[in-house]
Amino acid sequence: MDFRLTEDQEALQSGIRSWCDGQLPLETLAEIANTGGFDAKVWSGLAEMGAFGLRLPESEGGVGLGMAEAVLVFGELGRALVPGPIVWTHLAAGLVPGAASGATIVGGVDLADAFADPILIEHPATLDALLVLYADRVEKVDAKALALEPVATPLDPLTPIAHARTLPPGERIGGADLAARLRLEGAALTAALSLGVAERSQELAAAYAKEREQFGRAIAGFQSIKHMLADMWVRQEMARAAVWSAGATIDQDGVGDPARAVASAKIVAGDAAMKNARASIQIHGGMGYVWEMAPHYYLKRAWVLATSFGGSEQYEEALANSIAG
Amino acid sequence: LDLRYSTSDEAFRRELRAWLADAVRQHGAPPPSHDWPARVAYDTGWQRKLFDAGYAGINWPKAYGGRELSATEQLVYYEETARAAAPYVGVNFVGLLHGGPTVVAEGSDEQKTKHLPRILRGDEVWCQGFSEPGAGSDLASLQTRAVRVGDDYIINGHKIWCSFAHVGEFCELLVRTDPDAPKHRGISWLICPMDLPGIEIRPLPTLAGETEFSEVFFTDVRVPVSARVGAENDGWRITNVTLRFERGTAFASEMINLQRVLGDLVALAKRVTRHDARAWDDAGLRRECGHLLAELDALWAMVKRSVSLASQSGMPGLEGSAIKLYYTELFQRVSELGVRILGRAGIAREDVGGLPSKSILHRHLNSLSLTIAAGSSQIQRNIVGERILGLPKDR
Repeated sequence: MDFRLTEDQEALQSGIRSWCDGQLPLETLAEIANTGGFDAKVWSGLAEMGAFGLRLPESEGGVGLGMAEAVLVFGELGRALVPGPIVWTHLAAGLVPGAASGATIVGGVDLADAFADPILIEHPATLDALLVLYADRVEKVDAKALALEPVATPLDPLTPIAHARTLPPGERIGGADLAARLRLEGAALTAALSLGVAERSQELAAAYAKEREQFGRAIAGFQSIKHMLADMWVRQEMARAAVWSAGATIDQDGVGDPARAVASAKIVAGDAAMKNARASIQIHGGMGYVWEMAPHYYLKRAWVLATSFGGSEQYEEALANSIAG
Repeated sequence: LDLRYSTSDEAFRRELRAWLADAVRQHGAPPPSHDWPARVAYDTGWQRKLFDAGYAGINWPKAYGGRELSATEQLVYYEETARAAAPYVGVNFVGLLHGGPTVVAEGSDEQKTKHLPRILRGDEVWCQGFSEPGAGSDLASLQTRAVRVGDDYIINGHKIWCSFAHVGEFCELLVRTDPDAPKHRGISWLICPMDLPGIEIRPLPTLAGETEFSEVFFTDVRVPVSARVGAENDGWRITNVTLRFERGTAFASEMINLQRVLGDLVALAKRVTRHDARAWDDAGLRRECGHLLAELDALWAMVKRSVSLASQSGMPGLEGSAIKLYYTELFQRVSELGVRILGRAGIAREDVGGLPSKSILHRHLNSLSLTIAAGSSQIQRNIVGERILGLPKDR
């Protein structure tokens, strides 16, 4: 048992981080939001780094890594608010031709989810295909066959959405087992994105509080602010422990129940993202409330992630029912 | 990042689990909390059994009676003792979980030989003498004076919140050895025998009506200089070693215990009725239990991470403050939930209507100390903010 990253895992994580810092500085967020919430150059960069084919065997053109590494990568992508249907395209690698290379952009929806009505599809304009999870099967739908009603003002400017009243039948690509696996992995990756949102929200707020002066001193020196920041760091680190643990529990036999580990990670990281992003806005004060500043993008993303791959309600019920009492 | 236990870890787990199955049953139920002689006998008796079976001091040096096993095996030990509902360390808390580890890290060979095997065998109970009436959160402002006379220190002062002082044979005692130096640079860390002339102990009943701690008055108490751990006036650094252990790992077994406590509360909620339904039929209550379990899982993952990070240095890191902060507040929420499940039975401190009010209220009242002792939650937030996030100090 060693809960430290290996050198390779650290290198992977820091490589993705420096790529994100170079490609997606905060100033670009507004720009991407104004151009439909998608950036083709970023997308192809992600594909080249292997973000989509990360867990595909090398013999199939992938990187051959596991969920332990995938949650590290998605933690960084969440930290940078990387736009696009990254979770679904990653899940589709090996199932939908071209997904691993990023050439086919894949979205998705889970119709067995408690939040399946109304059906809201993320990144509708960029999709080539849609994965549809049912309780007993997985179908692939050609994006051209979708009848979508645009939603002109999505909550998250970087997550455009459209409303589908119904979904056309698609091609069956797997049964209940595949649907369950994609749900589990998708929830783990969503928790990882939430971890990144929580972490960056803390970093932005701490940096701002160290610089911003009132009453003749940096506001970070006031305990009312300092203690908020401390709580943000604690939430972020608890979320990190839960998310990393979930990734490794999926990969490694006999270390625990993956469903429980993922449920815990989804709840704890989802909470951390929402609470930290909200606290970041509060610490930024008036500057936190304006469109041109970054904090609101993080809170809005946190809210989107809270509805993706199952809300906390269903995971809390599942965990409660798993307690032998 | 590897969560798999090695073959030897698993062998250790099986061997320990098998031993615990019989040993825990044979040791029986703990005595009532007010019966201190019985509590000392129960707690030290259990420690002696652990020692005789080779399960004391899992990661302490072999030379002093420990097993010198890895941090991972220490985790396995916590998991298995919690799983078996083994007796709590009780009066051995200070010796085993922070005083002893401090001596392991900073003590002289003579001090290690003198104290460590006896602590591990349950022969020596330790207490804590850190806080003073005027030095709580601002611990470094402590005023208890130690004046050097020949080979002795003459100690005068007043300590408070001294856990286990009325049953302890030795005290990890902080004294001021240089009143002229800045406050952090004039402190020394002593191992003070508690049977010396001039020591007066006055138990201080807690809000739970129990005597877990005392005030201790020192009047011209002579302690040999050889009882000092580390250099004279280097006691603040040593104290921080103690506090790292106290915050980082001392509560590890309690954290897994909380998972069992939560299970017991679920069982209770299934038999408590509200009108014509069970308390457990309330979706809000179920979701709260699920949420608490998620947080307990995250906390335990964090402990594993902290133990892995500490495996090189041998000492818990600063993240121990985060663990202490999160654990104590989570404990209070679990405990609060128990009282809410009891409903009106929660206003009784003994079992009523067939409901386990006594144990739930005992836990509930005691839980109020957790966010105050070992550095209050507010102090932990200062540590996280200033020492981890690098925010400006506010003093």
